[in-house]
Amino acid sequence: MPQTTTQQPDSRAWILRMEGVDKTFGGTVHALSGMSLQVNQGDFISLLGPSGCGKSTALRLIADLLHPTRGRITWSGDHDVGDLGVVFQEPTLMPWATVAQNVWMPLRLRGKSYHAVRDDVLEALRLVGLEKFQTAYPRELSGGMKMRVSIARSMVTHPRLILMDEPFAALDEITRFRLNNDLLALKQKIGCTVIFVTHSVFESVFLSDRIVVMAARPGRVIRELAVDEPYPRDESFRTSPEYAAHCREASAALHAAMDQAA
Amino acid sequence: MSLVEDPPAGAPDIVDADEVRRARARRIERIGKWLLPVAVLVVMIFLWDRIVVWNAIPHYILPGPGAVFETLIEDRAMLFSALLVTLQITMLALAAAVLGGVGLAILFNQSRWFEMSFYPYAVILQVTPVVAIAPLIMIYVDNRIAALVLCAWLVAFFPILANTTLGLHSADHNLRDLFRIYGATRWQRLRYLQIPSALPYFLAGLRIAGGLSLIGAVVAEFVAGTGGMGSGLAFRILEAGYRLNIARMFAALLLVAGTGVIIFAGLSFLSHMLLRKWHESALKRDR
Repeated sequence: MPQTTTQQPDSRAWILRMEGVDKTFGGTVHALSGMSLQVNQGDFISLLGPSGCGKSTALRLIADLLHPTRGRITWSGDHDVGDLGVVFQEPTLMPWATVAQNVWMPLRLRGKSYHAVRDDVLEALRLVGLEKFQTAYPRELSGGMKMRVSIARSMVTHPRLILMDEPFAALDEITRFRLNNDLLALKQKIGCTVIFVTHSVFESVFLSDRIVVMAARPGRVIRELAVDEPYPRDESFRTSPEYAAHCREASAALHAAMDQAA
Repeated sequence: MSLVEDPPAGAPDIVDADEVRRARARRIERIGKWLLPVAVLVVMIFLWDRIVVWNAIPHYILPGPGAVFETLIEDRAMLFSALLVTLQITMLALAAAVLGGVGLAILFNQSRWFEMSFYPYAVILQVTPVVAIAPLIMIYVDNRIAALVLCAWLVAFFPILANTTLGLHSADHNLRDLFRIYGATRWQRLRYLQIPSALPYFLAGLRIAGGLSLIGAVVAEFVAGTGGMGSGLAFRILEAGYRLNIARMFAALLLVAGTGVIIFAGLSFLSHMLLRKWHESALKRDR
């Protein structure tokens, strides 16, 4: 296990630290090079970059699906499997199970009977606005609704950190905007900490308070931008001059990243 | 799922030419699916009867459909007890194929070593024709029913093994990752992820195995030959052949074919019932 637990006093409550993390595949493919990142309680961090910049590799390292070739990933305090919620690019629901059973799954794997956690499951579904669909099967839902189920599932364990790997990339723009708004509303309500992988400048600016811009070949962090606009943010933020300024800045950083890669 | 409300009562339905054409095509298909095969059957039986009558073919060469039907009624006691024997062997073989096929598939899935060691032999058993193995089995297995079941099982278990193995490996990769992230045990992964993923594959294998276990039972009976006690349909066909009782051969054949159809239909229905809520293969397309 690369994840060791250390008790370090810190003025800000940090959750996770990556220190000089390298990941190479087969000795030649440098997927991630020297990535350092500190995730604090309540952060909404976007990893923004072109494809091949190691964003997904970074998430898989944090999720312990991969192990770093070099460097360390440290969780603050005791770390167990319930600390992490994950949303993939596809909804990744079990087609044979109802919506409620899908959301129940992370708790079921920890030995909780449905009866014991029914309220948690329904609460998670209520947060994403799908409490009426608990007995529906995934195939009966639209793409956006499936994604909401996936988000509900990631939150049902009240994780310390939620990883989202381009969750809205496959959705149409209207649905995507709606889900962006709803995700921020959710964040306000439950105060979750999120690392959000995206290749959309607009999405990253609208959602996050920190944007980590990454470049490809080798995957690495180029810049870290702060989006110091207060939450809650709503539709009016999308048309504000501050939003436009942040988008310009992030865009420029992304272009710089792509030039470096080319 | 339509969230649109029905049009208010009394309002005329809006129907365009396309709708009408589609509705008609659906109706024709629904009726035709049953009517056409029945019509073909009637015509064939009629032609069969006429050919026998017009050419004055003797009944020990080709009996007419009427004679076959009469035999079916007259010999019903003997034929149905033979059918029961064959059915018993078929069902035992199918049950053993399900247990053996699924059990082996799970073992293969859980242990790569086990799979590497034994999978080649499962293939060898499958590709060797059962007719060639059956005489040996008859020699070494004393119990006649057990020997027949073993032969039929050899034919039937492989599709279940192969399909279930494929199904257990075909669970969605992201779901696998998710199970890993949530710390699922091997048993939990098998039970909540791999077995449900494998179910459609298993059911497809089961449908094939249903037909194959009947074939296996009949072939094994042929090889076993004379028996007296506990003789199935295949034995009755052989025996009737020796006696030039062609009508009884046809009657027994009819029962074998009917049994095969019923097994297939039953397993298809089972498959539909188990998958209808979620699997693509069992869903009706709306348009």
